[in-house]
Amino acid sequence: MTMKRRTFLKNTFATGVLGVAVGAGLLKPSDVLAAWPESAFAAKSLEDALSGLNAGSASDSGKIKIKAPDIAENGAVVPITVSTDMSGVEKISVLVEQNPQPLAASFDLTSKCDGFISTRIKMGKTSDVVAVVQAGGKSYKAKKTVKVTIGGCGG
Amino acid sequence: MAKNSIKIKAKNKGEKTEVKALIKHNMETGLRKNKKTGEKIPPHFIQEVKCEHNGSVVFTANWGIAVSKNPYLSFKFTGGNKGDTITVSWVDNKGKTDSNSTKVK
Repeated sequence: MTMKRRTFLKNTFATGVLGVAVGAGLLKPSDVLAAWPESAFAAKSLEDALSGLNAGSASDSGKIKIKAPDIAENGAVVPITVSTDMSGVEKISVLVEQNPQPLAASFDLTSKCDGFISTRIKMGKTSDVVAVVQAGGKSYKAKKTVKVTIGGCGG
Repeated sequence: MAKNSIKIKAKNKGEKTEVKALIKHNMETGLRKNKKTGEKIPPHFIQEVKCEHNGSVVFTANWGIAVSKNPYLSFKFTGGNKGDTITVSWVDNKGKTDSNSTKVK
Protein backbone atom coordinates (compact mmCIF):
# COMPACT_ATOMS: atom_id res chain seq x y z
CA MET A 1 0.00 0.00 0.00
CA THR A 2 2.79 2.39 0.90
CA MET A 3 4.47 1.86 -2.47
CA LYS A 4 1.29 2.55 -4.33
CA ARG A 5 0.75 5.70 -2.37
CA ARG A 6 4.29 6.84 -3.25
CA THR A 7 3.78 6.15 -6.93
CA PHE A 8 0.50 7.96 -6.86
CA LEU A 9 2.04 11.03 -5.28
CA LYS A 10 4.94 11.01 -7.72
CA ASN A 11 2.62 10.84 -10.69
CA THR A 12 0.45 13.61 -9.36
CA PHE A 13 3.50 15.80 -8.91
CA ALA A 14 4.77 15.07 -12.41
CA THR A 15 1.42 15.97 -13.98
CA GLY A 16 1.35 19.12 -11.88
CA VAL A 17 4.69 20.30 -13.22
CA LEU A 18 3.64 19.62 -16.80
CA GLY A 19 0.40 21.46 -16.21
CA VAL A 20 2.28 24.48 -14.90
CA ALA A 21 4.59 24.41 -17.92
CA VAL A 22 1.60 24.47 -20.26
CA GLY A 23 -0.07 27.17 -18.17
CA ALA A 24 3.01 29.37 -18.25
CA GLY A 25 3.10 29.15 -22.02
CA LEU A 26 6.31 27.14 -22.07
CA LEU A 27 4.72 24.30 -23.96
CA LYS A 28 2.29 25.88 -26.31
CA PRO A 29 0.51 23.49 -28.65
CA SER A 30 0.47 26.34 -31.18
CA ASP A 31 4.24 25.97 -31.50
CA VAL A 32 3.65 22.56 -32.98
CA LEU A 33 0.97 23.85 -35.29
CA ALA A 34 2.77 26.36 -37.45
CA ALA A 35 0.02 26.46 -40.05
CA TRP A 36 -2.82 27.23 -37.67
CA PRO A 37 -3.79 30.89 -38.35
CA GLU A 38 -4.04 32.02 -34.74
CA SER A 39 -4.71 35.69 -35.45
CA ALA A 40 -7.58 34.86 -37.79
CA PHE A 41 -9.20 32.53 -35.27
CA ALA A 42 -8.76 34.96 -32.37
CA ALA A 43 -10.35 37.83 -34.32
CA LYS A 44 -13.56 39.16 -32.82
CA SER A 45 -15.03 40.76 -35.92
CA LEU A 46 -15.66 39.55 -39.44
CA GLU A 47 -13.33 42.13 -40.98
CA ASP A 48 -10.43 41.21 -38.69
CA ALA A 49 -10.95 37.52 -39.35
CA LEU A 50 -10.99 38.12 -43.09
CA SER A 51 -7.81 40.15 -43.01
CA GLY A 52 -6.22 37.46 -40.83
CA LEU A 53 -6.90 35.09 -43.69
CA ASN A 54 -5.47 37.58 -46.22
CA ALA A 55 -8.94 37.82 -47.67
CA GLY A 56 -9.82 41.37 -46.64
CA SER A 57 -10.48 42.34 -50.24
CA ALA A 58 -12.53 39.27 -51.13
CA SER A 59 -15.03 39.96 -53.89
CA ASP A 60 -18.53 38.52 -54.02
CA SER A 61 -18.87 35.57 -56.32
CA GLY A 62 -21.83 33.63 -57.61
CA LYS A 63 -19.67 30.60 -58.18
CA ILE A 64 -19.64 29.64 -54.55
CA LYS A 65 -22.51 27.53 -53.32
CA ILE A 66 -23.30 27.32 -49.63
CA LYS A 67 -25.60 24.55 -48.61
CA ALA A 68 -26.98 25.25 -45.16
CA PRO A 69 -30.43 25.07 -43.59
CA ASP A 70 -32.57 28.25 -43.78
CA ILE A 71 -33.64 27.66 -40.21
CA ALA A 72 -31.43 25.72 -37.82
CA GLU A 73 -33.38 24.39 -34.88
CA ASN A 74 -30.25 23.67 -32.89
CA GLY A 75 -27.37 26.13 -33.24
CA ALA A 76 -24.94 23.63 -31.76
CA VAL A 77 -25.03 21.52 -34.89
CA VAL A 78 -25.48 23.34 -38.19
CA PRO A 79 -24.47 21.32 -41.25
CA ILE A 80 -22.60 23.45 -43.79
CA THR A 81 -21.44 22.41 -47.24
CA VAL A 82 -19.43 24.77 -49.42
CA SER A 83 -18.78 23.90 -53.02
CA THR A 84 -17.39 25.75 -56.00
CA ASP A 85 -16.47 24.83 -59.55
CA MET A 86 -13.49 27.20 -59.61
CA SER A 87 -10.19 25.59 -60.44
CA GLY A 88 -7.06 25.80 -58.32
CA VAL A 89 -8.85 26.24 -55.02
CA GLU A 90 -6.28 26.65 -52.25
CA LYS A 91 -8.39 27.40 -49.27
CA ILE A 92 -12.02 27.36 -48.18
CA SER A 93 -12.98 29.10 -44.96
CA VAL A 94 -16.29 29.20 -43.14
CA LEU A 95 -17.15 32.23 -41.01
CA VAL A 96 -20.18 33.06 -38.91
CA GLU A 97 -20.63 36.82 -38.66
CA GLN A 98 -22.40 36.93 -35.30
CA ASN A 99 -20.28 34.38 -33.43
CA PRO A 100 -17.92 35.64 -30.68
CA GLN A 101 -15.07 34.48 -32.91
CA PRO A 102 -16.34 34.57 -36.48
CA LEU A 103 -13.88 32.16 -38.08
CA ALA A 104 -15.22 28.64 -37.59
CA ALA A 105 -13.01 26.61 -39.86
CA SER A 106 -10.48 26.96 -42.61
CA PHE A 107 -9.57 24.15 -44.98
CA ASP A 108 -6.31 23.94 -46.92
CA LEU A 109 -6.82 22.11 -50.18
CA THR A 110 -4.14 20.63 -52.38
CA SER A 111 -4.38 20.56 -56.18
CA LYS A 112 -5.92 17.08 -56.02
CA CYS A 113 -8.93 18.27 -54.06
CA ASP A 114 -12.26 19.36 -55.46
CA GLY A 115 -13.66 22.69 -54.35
CA PHE A 116 -15.88 20.96 -51.87
CA ILE A 117 -16.02 20.75 -48.08
CA SER A 118 -18.69 19.69 -45.67
CA THR A 119 -18.73 20.03 -41.90
CA ARG A 120 -20.91 20.93 -38.93
CA ILE A 121 -20.53 24.17 -37.00
CA LYS A 122 -21.92 25.97 -33.97
CA MET A 123 -23.86 29.21 -34.26
CA GLY A 124 -24.67 31.46 -31.32
CA LYS A 125 -27.61 33.18 -32.97
CA THR A 126 -29.17 34.01 -36.31
CA SER A 127 -26.39 35.18 -38.58
CA ASP A 128 -24.91 35.29 -42.03
CA VAL A 129 -22.63 32.40 -42.82
CA VAL A 130 -19.78 33.60 -45.01
CA ALA A 131 -17.79 31.23 -47.18
CA VAL A 132 -14.43 32.46 -48.43
CA VAL A 133 -12.72 30.69 -51.29
CA GLN A 134 -9.12 31.48 -52.14
CA ALA A 135 -8.15 30.35 -55.63
CA GLY A 136 -5.30 31.37 -57.88
CA GLY A 137 -4.13 34.09 -55.49
CA LYS A 138 -7.53 35.79 -55.33
CA SER A 139 -10.26 35.70 -52.72
CA TYR A 140 -13.96 35.28 -53.29
CA LYS A 141 -16.82 35.17 -50.86
CA ALA A 142 -20.49 34.35 -50.66
CA LYS A 143 -22.97 34.42 -47.82
CA LYS A 144 -26.19 32.88 -46.68
CA THR A 145 -28.40 33.75 -43.73
CA VAL A 146 -29.19 30.97 -41.29
CA LYS A 147 -31.86 31.50 -38.65
CA VAL A 148 -31.09 29.90 -35.33
CA THR A 149 -33.81 29.14 -32.81
CA ILE A 150 -31.59 27.73 -30.03
CA GLY A 151 -28.02 29.05 -29.76
CA GLY A 152 -25.04 26.75 -29.59
CA CYS A 153 -22.39 28.96 -27.97
CA GLY A 154 -22.34 29.63 -24.25
CA GLY A 155 -25.20 28.55 -22.03
CA MET B 1 -8.38 9.76 -25.45
CA ALA B 2 -9.72 6.37 -26.23
CA LYS B 3 -8.36 4.59 -29.26
CA ASN B 4 -10.07 5.11 -32.57
CA SER B 5 -11.77 8.40 -31.91
CA ILE B 6 -12.02 8.68 -35.69
CA LYS B 7 -14.37 6.87 -38.03
CA ILE B 8 -13.51 7.17 -41.70
CA LYS B 9 -15.31 6.14 -44.85
CA ALA B 10 -13.68 6.55 -48.22
CA LYS B 11 -15.55 5.68 -51.39
CA ASN B 12 -14.28 5.74 -54.92
CA LYS B 13 -16.70 6.93 -57.59
CA GLY B 14 -14.99 6.83 -60.95
CA GLU B 15 -12.28 9.49 -60.92
CA LYS B 16 -13.14 10.96 -57.56
CA THR B 17 -12.82 9.69 -54.07
CA GLU B 18 -15.04 11.01 -51.35
CA VAL B 19 -13.77 10.86 -47.80
CA LYS B 20 -16.04 11.25 -44.79
CA ALA B 21 -14.71 11.35 -41.26
CA LEU B 22 -16.41 11.52 -37.91
CA ILE B 23 -14.29 12.39 -34.88
CA LYS B 24 -15.29 11.93 -31.28
CA HIS B 25 -14.28 15.06 -29.41
CA ASN B 26 -15.87 17.41 -26.89
CA MET B 27 -14.94 20.60 -28.76
CA GLU B 28 -15.24 22.76 -25.65
CA THR B 29 -15.38 26.45 -26.61
CA GLY B 30 -14.08 28.02 -23.42
CA LEU B 31 -17.12 30.29 -23.40
CA ARG B 32 -19.41 27.93 -21.52
CA LYS B 33 -19.78 28.18 -17.77
CA ASN B 34 -20.06 25.42 -15.25
CA LYS B 35 -23.57 25.99 -13.93
CA LYS B 36 -22.72 24.89 -10.37
CA THR B 37 -19.55 26.89 -9.77
CA GLY B 38 -20.00 29.70 -12.30
CA GLU B 39 -16.46 29.16 -13.52
CA LYS B 40 -15.64 29.01 -17.18
CA ILE B 41 -14.89 25.60 -18.63
CA PRO B 42 -11.48 25.84 -20.30
CA PRO B 43 -11.39 25.52 -24.08
CA HIS B 44 -10.53 22.13 -25.50
CA PHE B 45 -10.94 21.75 -29.23
CA ILE B 46 -9.31 20.22 -32.29
CA GLN B 47 -7.08 22.67 -34.11
CA GLU B 48 -5.80 20.71 -37.03
CA VAL B 49 -6.98 17.69 -38.97
CA LYS B 50 -4.70 16.19 -41.59
CA CYS B 51 -5.88 13.78 -44.26
CA GLU B 52 -3.32 11.72 -46.09
CA HIS B 53 -3.67 9.61 -49.20
CA ASN B 54 -1.00 6.90 -49.46
CA GLY B 55 1.23 8.89 -47.11
CA SER B 56 1.00 12.34 -48.72
CA VAL B 57 -1.19 15.11 -47.34
CA VAL B 58 -4.15 15.97 -49.57
CA PHE B 59 -6.31 17.97 -47.22
CA THR B 60 -5.79 19.96 -44.02
CA ALA B 61 -8.51 21.43 -41.87
CA ASN B 62 -7.80 24.22 -39.39
CA TRP B 63 -10.57 24.47 -36.87
CA GLY B 64 -11.65 27.03 -34.31
CA ILE B 65 -14.03 26.73 -31.39
CA ALA B 66 -17.15 27.02 -33.55
CA VAL B 67 -16.91 23.53 -34.97
CA SER B 68 -19.57 21.26 -33.48
CA LYS B 69 -19.03 18.63 -30.84
CA ASN B 70 -18.06 15.27 -32.38
CA PRO B 71 -17.14 17.00 -35.65
CA TYR B 72 -17.93 15.72 -39.11
CA LEU B 73 -15.76 16.39 -42.11
CA SER B 74 -16.07 15.52 -45.76
CA PHE B 75 -14.05 16.31 -48.87
CA LYS B 76 -13.41 14.95 -52.37
CA PHE B 77 -10.24 14.46 -54.32
CA THR B 78 -9.12 13.00 -57.61
CA GLY B 79 -6.49 10.34 -58.09
CA GLY B 80 -7.59 7.79 -55.52
CA ASN B 81 -7.99 4.12 -56.32
CA LYS B 82 -9.71 1.26 -54.57
CA GLY B 83 -7.49 -0.22 -51.89
CA ASP B 84 -5.52 3.00 -51.30
CA THR B 85 -4.86 4.04 -47.73
CA ILE B 86 -6.50 7.12 -46.26
CA THR B 87 -5.14 8.34 -42.94
CA VAL B 88 -6.82 11.00 -40.84
CA SER B 89 -5.11 12.50 -37.81
CA TRP B 90 -5.95 15.38 -35.49
CA VAL B 91 -4.21 17.58 -32.91
CA ASP B 92 -6.12 19.57 -30.29
CA ASN B 93 -5.19 22.70 -28.34
CA LYS B 94 -3.92 20.62 -25.42
CA GLY B 95 -1.52 18.77 -27.68
CA LYS B 96 -3.50 15.54 -27.69
CA THR B 97 -3.53 13.65 -30.90
CA ASP B 98 -5.05 10.60 -32.56
CA SER B 99 -5.09 9.02 -35.97
CA ASN B 100 -6.80 6.26 -37.86
CA SER B 101 -6.66 4.90 -41.36
CA THR B 102 -8.87 3.02 -43.76
CA LYS B 103 -8.83 1.61 -47.28
CA VAL B 104 -10.69 3.24 -50.14
CA LYS B 105 -13.73 1.20 -51.14
